[in-house]
Amino acid sequence: MAKVLMKGNEALAEAAIQAGCRHYFGYPITPQNEVTAYMAKRMPEVGGVFLQAESEVSAINMVYGAGGAGARVLITSSSPGISLMQEGISYIAGAEVPCVIANIMRGGPGLGGIQPSQSDYFQATKGGGHGDYKLIVLAPSTIQEMADLVQQAFDIADKYRNPVMILGDGMLGQMMEPVDFDSIKKGENHIEEKTWATTGMGTRKKKNIINSLELDPQILEKHNIGLFKKYEKASKEEVRYEMINCEDAEIILVAYGTIARVVKNVIELAKRENIKVGLIRPVSLWPFPVEPFEKTVDHVKGYLSIEMSMGQMVEDVKLAVNGRKPVYFYGRAGGMVPETDAILEEIRKISGGAK
Amino acid sequence: MAVVFEKTKGLTDIPFHYCPGCTHGIVHRLVAEVMEELGVLDKAIGVAPVGCAVFAYEYFNCDMQEAAHGRAPAVATGIKRVHPDKVVFTYQGDGDLAAIGTAETVHAAARGENITVIFVNNAIYGMTGGQMAPTSLIGQETLTTPYGRKPENNGYPVKMCEMLSTLDGASYIERVSVYDVKHILQAKKAIKNAFTAQLNKKGFSMIEVLSSCPTNWGLSPNEALKCIKDNMEPYYPLGVYKNTLEEVK
Repeated sequence: MAKVLMKGNEALAEAAIQAGCRHYFGYPITPQNEVTAYMAKRMPEVGGVFLQAESEVSAINMVYGAGGAGARVLITSSSPGISLMQEGISYIAGAEVPCVIANIMRGGPGLGGIQPSQSDYFQATKGGGHGDYKLIVLAPSTIQEMADLVQQAFDIADKYRNPVMILGDGMLGQMMEPVDFDSIKKGENHIEEKTWATTGMGTRKKKNIINSLELDPQILEKHNIGLFKKYEKASKEEVRYEMINCEDAEIILVAYGTIARVVKNVIELAKRENIKVGLIRPVSLWPFPVEPFEKTVDHVKGYLSIEMSMGQMVEDVKLAVNGRKPVYFYGRAGGMVPETDAILEEIRKISGGAK
Repeated sequence: MAVVFEKTKGLTDIPFHYCPGCTHGIVHRLVAEVMEELGVLDKAIGVAPVGCAVFAYEYFNCDMQEAAHGRAPAVATGIKRVHPDKVVFTYQGDGDLAAIGTAETVHAAARGENITVIFVNNAIYGMTGGQMAPTSLIGQETLTTPYGRKPENNGYPVKMCEMLSTLDGASYIERVSVYDVKHILQAKKAIKNAFTAQLNKKGFSMIEVLSSCPTNWGLSPNEALKCIKDNMEPYYPLGVYKNTLEEVK
């Protein structure tokens, strides 16, 4: 298959199918409606199941059931819908059920708007539901990367028996770019047998239980410690990031997803003004990449986090930098997108101010 | 010596945690016996609720998933869509099924989801210590209706069988009770019909079982059984509300 021109939402859906996902549960919400429409048409073609649930609450619990029953399962929504799913996501993490969840973010809080935003970073990376748990969160910045990461997400979910979140935004979901599905590195290709799944006992001697309840605090603590051993492994093996022009950068911008594309343009513009600017683009938001900060903290003057939010990822940047260099923030909210001129002005301020 | 009675293979050996006189034990046994008699234990996948029956996943001798409060029909839907040829059932109480999980219940039925729901209606929240349920009777005293349930404040008890039987997706709906031997035998027959409907791919089936809660009703087990007959049954008439099994005959 040659390159095809696709919307981000469609590439997300097609990539899931190519990753072996045959079960999709969803509920309409803008700006991710192309996923449900695509799946409604495509799933019957591949002998899969598309089901429109009566709510996001129900949809995520269908995912819990299907994932627990051993299927590769996808659910997508946008910010308010993802909020409704938090109870289910907590249960899924607690019961160690693999699944892939995509949040095509829009502006909030509350009903907010339908324009792109990155204001669900905290919810995605800090555990939006109750209890001690982590999602592995991947943030694509191109449609091709969307397709690549969705493929990886299913493998990661199965590897860790943990929900993986694709964190995109309305712009990434709606815009069109060429995608090459053939070039996608198919990870483990074969799906390991899920001996823990509820498939009916058949000839199996022991029954399987998918569950997150444990009333004995000593056992529940052990369960929590077990989960965190898993997260520790993931935080070593699942770190993904991109670095551009960081070797001799005076100022390093930090941006993920859609806005990282805008920021890439700023690097060139700053060069014309003799300001050396680099970019750290976290691709995995959890685990958050600390390594690129370790590599650059000695020679850089400071970091500037650029976000489509009032400042969320900047807190992780500060944790990574740990007071060794100043960390600045610039963001727009509510569906507004930081523009190159405004970012450049922030860079000038930092560069001039530090001289 | 001839064996006259044996525990069903459909239950594990883990002792029930239920209060003395509680009818959950009877209902568990009936469901388990039916699954054994239909020969479906090796292909059954059950979904436990939140409420008194939260540990049902320990008791039924088949694969089980534990759902969040009210979400069992959605979880069962996910399982059934992955394994359409397996037997999928939920076991839920009145708060779980008729309050917090009403939407999941109604829409699973409307979709004609080919699952079986066992609905234990004892008109009270047992696990949390005796609060008003959506099915608590008018005048019933509970922790949260200490002066009795009043329609002007709390509205009216929900009749799930009547509601769900209006939906085209429902295949078999019956309300039974377990307050004496005759009714226990009838309940078992109803549960078997519900599972049979699923095996025949007829769609959503639900059996509502009028049950007792001696602990939170503040009655002895015998008084509680009598209370089902005298107080619950007049408001919740027993009987078959929907039966598509007959149509195939």
